[in-house]
Amino acid sequence: MTRKQRRLTLIGGSGAVLAVALGLVLYSLSGSIVFFNSPTDISEKHPGPTTRIRLGGLVKPGSIERGADLRIRFDVTDGKSDIPVQYQGVVPDLFREGQGVVAEGTLGANGVFDADTILAKHDERYMPKEVVEALKKSGRWQEDSADFAGGKR
Amino acid sequence: MIPELGHYALVLALGLGLIQSVVPVIGARRHDAALMGLASSTALAQFAFVGLSFVALAACYVTSDFSVMTVFENSNSQMPLIYKISSVWGNHEGSMLLWVLILSLFGALVAAFGNNIPATLKANVLAVQSWIASTFYLFILLTSNPFLRLAQAPFEGRDLNPILQDPGLAVHPPLLYLGYVGFSMAFSFAIAALIEGRIDAAWARWVRPWTLVAWMCLTLGIAGGSYWAYYTLGWGGFWFWDPVENASLMPWLAGTALLHSAVVMEKRNALKVWTILLAILTFSLSLIGTFLVRSGVLTSVHSFANDPRRGVFILGILIMFIGGGLSLFAWRAPVLKQGGLFAPISREGALVFNNLFLTTACLTVLTGTLYPIALEALTGAKISVGGPFFNLTFGPLFLALMFAMPFGPLLAWKRGDLYGATQRLMAAFGIGLLAIGLSFAIEGRTSVLAPFGVGLAFFVMTGAVIDLVERTGLFRLPLAAVASRALGLPRSAWGTAVAHFGIALTLLGIIGAAAWGTEKIVAVKPGETLSLSGYELAFNGLKREPGPNYTAVAADFTVREGGSVIGVMQPSKRSFSAREQTTNEAALMMRGASQLYLSLGDDEPGGGIAIRLYYKPLVLLIWAGGIIMMLGGALSLSDRRLRVGAPRPAAKPALAPAE
Repeated sequence: MTRKQRRLTLIGGSGAVLAVALGLVLYSLSGSIVFFNSPTDISEKHPGPTTRIRLGGLVKPGSIERGADLRIRFDVTDGKSDIPVQYQGVVPDLFREGQGVVAEGTLGANGVFDADTILAKHDERYMPKEVVEALKKSGRWQEDSADFAGGKR
Repeated sequence: MIPELGHYALVLALGLGLIQSVVPVIGARRHDAALMGLASSTALAQFAFVGLSFVALAACYVTSDFSVMTVFENSNSQMPLIYKISSVWGNHEGSMLLWVLILSLFGALVAAFGNNIPATLKANVLAVQSWIASTFYLFILLTSNPFLRLAQAPFEGRDLNPILQDPGLAVHPPLLYLGYVGFSMAFSFAIAALIEGRIDAAWARWVRPWTLVAWMCLTLGIAGGSYWAYYTLGWGGFWFWDPVENASLMPWLAGTALLHSAVVMEKRNALKVWTILLAILTFSLSLIGTFLVRSGVLTSVHSFANDPRRGVFILGILIMFIGGGLSLFAWRAPVLKQGGLFAPISREGALVFNNLFLTTACLTVLTGTLYPIALEALTGAKISVGGPFFNLTFGPLFLALMFAMPFGPLLAWKRGDLYGATQRLMAAFGIGLLAIGLSFAIEGRTSVLAPFGVGLAFFVMTGAVIDLVERTGLFRLPLAAVASRALGLPRSAWGTAVAHFGIALTLLGIIGAAAWGTEKIVAVKPGETLSLSGYELAFNGLKREPGPNYTAVAADFTVREGGSVIGVMQPSKRSFSAREQTTNEAALMMRGASQLYLSLGDDEPGGGIAIRLYYKPLVLLIWAGGIIMMLGGALSLSDRRLRVGAPRPAAKPALAPAE
């Protein structure tokens, strides 16, 4: 083989691998990404039960109800709208009333959000960025809570 | 006084760094030995001053000097000494100081041990290293000064984030940084080669040990971080495709590719331009990793300290070094001479295949990590890209790479014999097929794909053994001859086989834990018994235990297998009063390479407690594989050829400065 043929083989091979990778990326991006929504977004848009979403906001004080078999129900609020959430399992250590939370799952037909994953904030300084923005959008964000939100020192 | 001393030492280091950034380059251009020699002295002095600065900060932590703001924010007088020290880098400011400490350490190592590097190359390398260092000194001094004082010293500190109070986290960041920052050496060598406009096989031999050291530390750092996440986060996951994890995986993938392409360059004088590009990209990915972690552009479980203003500064650094490096590459790379020829089926071809798949896999990780940022910037839509995306894109590429892995070392340089290599791998194919059959027989069809993964892992492991058998002549030659050949074999050949064996073990562990793990998430009351995968756990009750800066609730379980007691498991939860935060201390019980994993949840109404119980088959192999990979790297590093240093190439016309 000449140098040129070898180079063409190399370029052809690389092109093929990159094309396969691109195909995989596009295919997965269409199927496996999850959109983030605030409670207000959900009550306005009513996504169908097949769309996976992330719901972020604060755990509404006084809304937590625990049932048998580790079932838990609570409301996620951004100050404007509340969305009831149900979940079965162990909630994170930092899951508390009045604190930021992100629930991942689908919206049931009865308007109750079926969560299969619950993420809570990590420490008293950190709040998920999405929750901060959801609160800012609904006008419930206060600058003095910025100390709580993320590294503003 | 001590904080001011540390601050002042850092300013002095910046001054030295600025001198070292300029003077040696001028010296190298004028071939002035005195100006070039200056770089070694300033590099050593820089390390001394940054070291002094770091020691000063550590002293503030050890003595709990809460008049220093970062100490107040991240430490507590009640903490054990080891965590007082590890909290030095358990926050943004201190971790950046650790970053530059390691950077200056590498500079000092080149200055002290790089005597066999040609004077102009050494001067340029140290100058480039100093460009990076000076930029980061400025970053620390202007945006993240760890020595800032508070007007009134508080009585007690706010404590280190409890999930970081763990022995694993005391060593994880330094290891990871040794990896990230170590790749700066490859970058500096690449930029220096571009400045000089010449590069040869000896260059690859000088770069390879530094890249190997960085790669080994990064491998261990990633494995350690994964194990830490596994046992502290309480739900038994070992990899989350979290942006920060991706940030460490990307330089690892590019660095692995660089190690392999540098071999081609060293042995065959080919792939020069590509190796230079990879060296620039690997460090660029390390910088992107720093940017992702430190700027807070991504929500991550790791974003314990972030600030957008710092993000803008780091973004500037990023544009300067990546943009600058790639521009210099585009300008100067055509000057570099083309290297040796090789057929597509050859050792070189196999290493190109390796590079192609590693960089493509790295690209998919980069896409998945940055796509959410790009989409939010363009459309405002907020999305998260998680495990399913990476499993679908990164997974197939990496598995294809692993399938090709055993063939590479069996192919000859220049022109290989694929048919011959396949024949020699027959035993590996046989064992792989056997493993597939056995997996189906034992586990049934719970997962259709997993047995094939097990087969692949065994194929690669046997392939690594066959490689060594072929090279030593085991089973063909008398034992004495085998022994002498084994001793005479280059250590890097042993390193290759060991590292390839390690990655296959990791694959085996991932498949075992992900495909055949079982779990039970329930509420239990004292006296109740749980059973999972043949194990029975009897819950004996809860008790409270005080700790140095926390109080713990511990549960006591008796574990039985087949009716006989095999041990107790005592998972606990710790409540830290300083931050009103709890952490989970999972109980782990080893069963061979498998583990039982038990962690506590919330108290349940009626005296019970929620628990998570997992059985993770073969899970320990994930990290054992990482350690074995690292040992492979160490074997390769001990290779005589790398220690003795490269022979000086004879002055051929082709190697003259091409200007």
